[in-house]
Amino acid sequence: MKAVYFAWVRERIGTPEEEIAPPASVHTAGELVRWLAGQGEGYAHAFEKPDVIRVALDKKHVEPETPIAGAREVAFFPPMTGG
Amino acid sequence: MTETREIRREIRIVGEPFDPATLGAALAGGEDVGAVVSFAGFCRSEGGTLAALELEHYPGMAEAEIGRLADEAVARWPLARLLVVHRHGLVRPGEAIVFVGTAAAHRGAAFAAAEFLMDFLKTRAPFWKKEHRVDGSDGGWVAAKDADDVAAARWAE
Repeated sequence: MKAVYFAWVRERIGTPEEEIAPPASVHTAGELVRWLAGQGEGYAHAFEKPDVIRVALDKKHVEPETPIAGAREVAFFPPMTGG
Repeated sequence: MTETREIRREIRIVGEPFDPATLGAALAGGEDVGAVVSFAGFCRSEGGTLAALELEHYPGMAEAEIGRLADEAVARWPLARLLVVHRHGLVRPGEAIVFVGTAAAHRGAAFAAAEFLMDFLKTRAPFWKKEHRVDGSDGGWVAAKDADDVAAARWAE
């Protein structure tokens, strides 16, 4: 699946987007955040406070317990500050 | 039974400056419109220290999410027109960042829908602000405010 990152999550990871292949044991958005946090130093820094991270599946906000099965694009970002 | 209403509803995510006054004026008119509420949010200079705000957004999701908020506003209040404009890219002090305009038969719906849209834009629309200071330094990412979450939460039934 395609992963996209925004704001300081993007800066800490060092790339705006990439293909990721989480193991079959990763079922939910929250599990995906925890798995990504273990993928390297930048990821660990970006996801050091998992509760702060917002996740969107195919451009819709989801909760940590939402299953990721079938999603083509997953986005990770800090709380929004527009408007 | 659902009443069928013709609603002119528009969402624009723009990379160039826009004029809120022109947008507000365009919402008026039409025999069914008795009230127009328009809100514009601008970039402050923060006492002359801020050179620009850099607005990052999630293309595609920004339009979709504001569209979902607009759908909800239209479902909750009898609106004739609804327009949301949001900047991305570098925004200079004095320039508008966001515009929300609502037109309705009566002012209650227009006021409430505009405020609802702004409260949820702040907390749901995928935009992030980074500060660029006049002295050339990076002011970092603007932190989300708890007050914005509180403002959005009051619309829950």
